[in-house]
Amino acid sequence: MNGIHDMGGMHGMGVIQAEKGEPVFHAPWEGRVFALRRAMGAWRKWNIDTSRHEIELVPPAEYLSLSYYARQFVALLEMLVKSGLVKRTEIESGVAAKDQPKATPALTAEKAAALVAKGVPTSRNLPVAARFEIGQLVRARNMHPAGHTRLPRYARGKIGTVQQDHGVFVFPDTNAHFLGENPQHVYSVRFSARELWGQQAAVQDSVYLDMWDDYLEPA
Amino acid sequence: MTASRRDFLTAAITTTGAAMTSDRSQVDSSGHDHEHQAIPSDFALRVKSLESLLVEKGLVDRAALDALVDTYEHKIGPRNGARVVARAWTDPAYKQRLLGNADSAIAELGYGGMQGEHMRVVENTPKVHNLIVCTLCSCYPWPVLGLPPVWYKSAPYRSRAAIDPRGVLQEFGVKLADDVEVRVWDSTAELRYLVLPERPGGSENMSEEELVALVTRDSMVGVGKARRPGEVDRS
Repeated sequence: MNGIHDMGGMHGMGVIQAEKGEPVFHAPWEGRVFALRRAMGAWRKWNIDTSRHEIELVPPAEYLSLSYYARQFVALLEMLVKSGLVKRTEIESGVAAKDQPKATPALTAEKAAALVAKGVPTSRNLPVAARFEIGQLVRARNMHPAGHTRLPRYARGKIGTVQQDHGVFVFPDTNAHFLGENPQHVYSVRFSARELWGQQAAVQDSVYLDMWDDYLEPA
Repeated sequence: MTASRRDFLTAAITTTGAAMTSDRSQVDSSGHDHEHQAIPSDFALRVKSLESLLVEKGLVDRAALDALVDTYEHKIGPRNGARVVARAWTDPAYKQRLLGNADSAIAELGYGGMQGEHMRVVENTPKVHNLIVCTLCSCYPWPVLGLPPVWYKSAPYRSRAAIDPRGVLQEFGVKLADDVEVRVWDSTAELRYLVLPERPGGSENMSEEELVALVTRDSMVGVGKARRPGEVDRS
């Protein structure tokens, strides 16, 4: 979706402010939001693409005014309700509905350690043919899906060169909406900075994006 | 927009509005806008309330939450990446493996896992400077750098890194010669990037263990250079 999250190339967002000696979490609740998202994700009612998309759905003004973990919290509430794991009335009252049997947690401390150590790979060992080859000139499609996509606006319609084939990965545009993994090749594509930004960019500079097959067409 | 989204947001915005107001006074007095320091206490209460509800429903195990927080607060951080870099600086064969197959080379040192399932390492040289960003969200190589700092996830960095990398680098104190090539890596897929910074001059006689202390988080994101021997930590 052409949302506020897709902010590469925008102006007016202010000064970058690095904090000296920054803590991992600025308040205990931030750490709890981080952990709750992992623990509830273990129920596998959604995937990483769904959870990214849910944050993109936060309306622009709110997206910009909420802190990072506040956005994550709001998006988590949405996913809990949409997935049916929690009722909206339960969140509002803070009390569990009486008619529901008590579950057994999907993620124990032991499983949490395994999750951290192994992660959740999104590559797929499948014999999917690559549509493009290294060195080939490609154009990022001029497409504007209203749903989730990982093709930033600033690259659409631009011509780049395939530098590397990373292999086969789950396709976020369908996976986010539970429409299937649609596994396909992902390439590292080099775009010259001048192709993206015009003459203001240094002639030798470039931006590399990782692109799924469905984001590309022959140039 | 669903009714529930409106409700969740209304509650969130009401409290954030108060936080933003207090932020303004901070900006005036210190020149720094630490949005995250003006967190409405309401969020703490709401998160606590949700956690209690999920525990009551048997959906989460508090011990798992504690373990996750502890892991990322105390166990996984940029020192992991610094060890990878120091090894690459001192062991040419390791460096080749790291640049060729980052996943297995990083695993040699015992690191890997969540948000580092598919790693790629890019090398800075006197002629090439690499910079990592995620313009769409906050993708960052957790196993080697830990969780990202606020500035990395912020709109100013995400909006500017791809269009004005040289300006961004200058603000971080990195001045590049005009003939250096800047490569920006936008983490749009599940590949996670780590910059292999240049080994600083004057470090030739240092051991791998001593070199670890020269490798800053910023140098592995590409917004800084590795420290020179004797240089103080400014991060």
